[in-house]
Amino acid sequence: MTAGTRHVAFAVGWRGAHNYFTNPANIIPGLLFPLFFFTAFAGGLSRVSSIPGFDYGTNYTAFVYGFVLLQASAFGGTFTGFSIASDFESGFARRLMLAAPNHNGIIVGYWLTGLARAVFTIAIVTVVALAAGMDVVGGGLDLLGLFTLALLVNAAATLFGSGVAMRLRSMQAGPAMQVPVFLALFLAPVWVPYDLLTGWVHAAATLNPVTRFLETERGFLAGEPTHVGLAFLLAAGLVLAAAAWARGGLRSAQRAA
Amino acid sequence: MSAGLGLQVGTLARRSALRTLRQPAMVIPALFFPLLLLAVNSGGLQETTRLPGFPTDRYLDFVLAVCFVQGGLFAANSAGTNMASDVETGFISRLALTPLRRAALLVGQLAGVVALGLIQAATFLIAGLLAGAGIEAGVGGALTITALSLLISLGFGGIGAFVALRTGSGEAVQGIFPLMFAGLFLSSMALPRDLIESDWFRVVATWNPVSYMLEGIRSLVITGWDAEALALGFGCAGGVALISLAGASSALRTRMVRT
Repeated sequence: MTAGTRHVAFAVGWRGAHNYFTNPANIIPGLLFPLFFFTAFAGGLSRVSSIPGFDYGTNYTAFVYGFVLLQASAFGGTFTGFSIASDFESGFARRLMLAAPNHNGIIVGYWLTGLARAVFTIAIVTVVALAAGMDVVGGGLDLLGLFTLALLVNAAATLFGSGVAMRLRSMQAGPAMQVPVFLALFLAPVWVPYDLLTGWVHAAATLNPVTRFLETERGFLAGEPTHVGLAFLLAAGLVLAAAAWARGGLRSAQRAA
Repeated sequence: MSAGLGLQVGTLARRSALRTLRQPAMVIPALFFPLLLLAVNSGGLQETTRLPGFPTDRYLDFVLAVCFVQGGLFAANSAGTNMASDVETGFISRLALTPLRRAALLVGQLAGVVALGLIQAATFLIAGLLAGAGIEAGVGGALTITALSLLISLGFGGIGAFVALRTGSGEAVQGIFPLMFAGLFLSSMALPRDLIESDWFRVVATWNPVSYMLEGIRSLVITGWDAEALALGFGCAGGVALISLAGASSALRTRMVRT
């Protein structure tokens, strides 16, 4: 990364993080949704772990946390996409593109914003999960893998959201960012292990990369790493594809500026 | 209702219904997200029917009720957003200069929610039947589900209207959406109350009126005609509607005085 890119990236990243942490209207939705899901699933569905064939190495709270962690990471990225769209609507992004000597740094800066949002949300959700009795069996290396994979998912979601926001340059692009992420997250083994899914959801989960991420995350929590190589390979592939998509979005925004 | 009041309500109701139905951004998510949750839940949680004491062997039958209540949440958003927009653009202020009655304004404005609720109820019933759900109470049961669903939409729509009239802000209306979503999630949405393992969650679900709305609809789908479940369902939905409309009416009075 050149000094110019780094300079722009840190400036954009700092501004995004500052706007996020100083505005409760930005913090609350990103926090509330994962916490709602965690509370509702871990509290309301814990009996599900008694189903015959439900085989997991630790408690149901940890099982649900695996999903909520990915959700918090992905939504952190999606909500960053909303902020980018808002920057375009307000005219800030146009001025930024005129002022910034290196436009690639803008994307890196938005990624840093998404990262800051995700780290904050993950920290809160993790504290709540531990307070709610989450039993983590995995060791230090497992936890490193757990959070690294979550942050890779966050990077992919942020870059995907950036690409959409930079192409459509309007807050009306919200559903185009949110719906694909929402679908990918929920067409996976959210409440029960993959083997207990039935019907078309089972078929969809087989093709969905989020299924591998979820199984790997849950494996790390249970101290039984599963499909680690495949999950990281898929996550890296998604990040690269999303980066190319974001770069295309940047070119579209440059043409329009 | 006098002819004058009827005309006022009719004119505003037509405007409200057309305005809601002409906004794809309001109609599509209100149909798409409940159906998505139905599809995902029915495949993802089918195995929970193997829990001892689960009331049916088809999770689709159990979860179908959620669509109608979730649809009601979108009704709240729709009613609130439209009402807030009318406050923000000055439409309510201009109406305050006319001899229009407050009741006509409120009832007329909520007609859009009822129209959307009717489309939602029909869509969810058809989708449920096509996916293989059976309605134990038959055609009369389907009509009762539609009636209860409309009452739920009206009740939640009243909450949206209350917030919009109280604050005059579309953002505030959007802000209550997660809270109402929490109301749905902290209920007997995914499991019957007696199968909820966590004590605090079971207590919250028992005190949550949304549980009884769900159980009223669910009883018609799974067990047939259950007077107690229906009385509780209609009672809770009617209670929410009554309180929210009274609140909205009071907020409207204040707002019309201010303007």
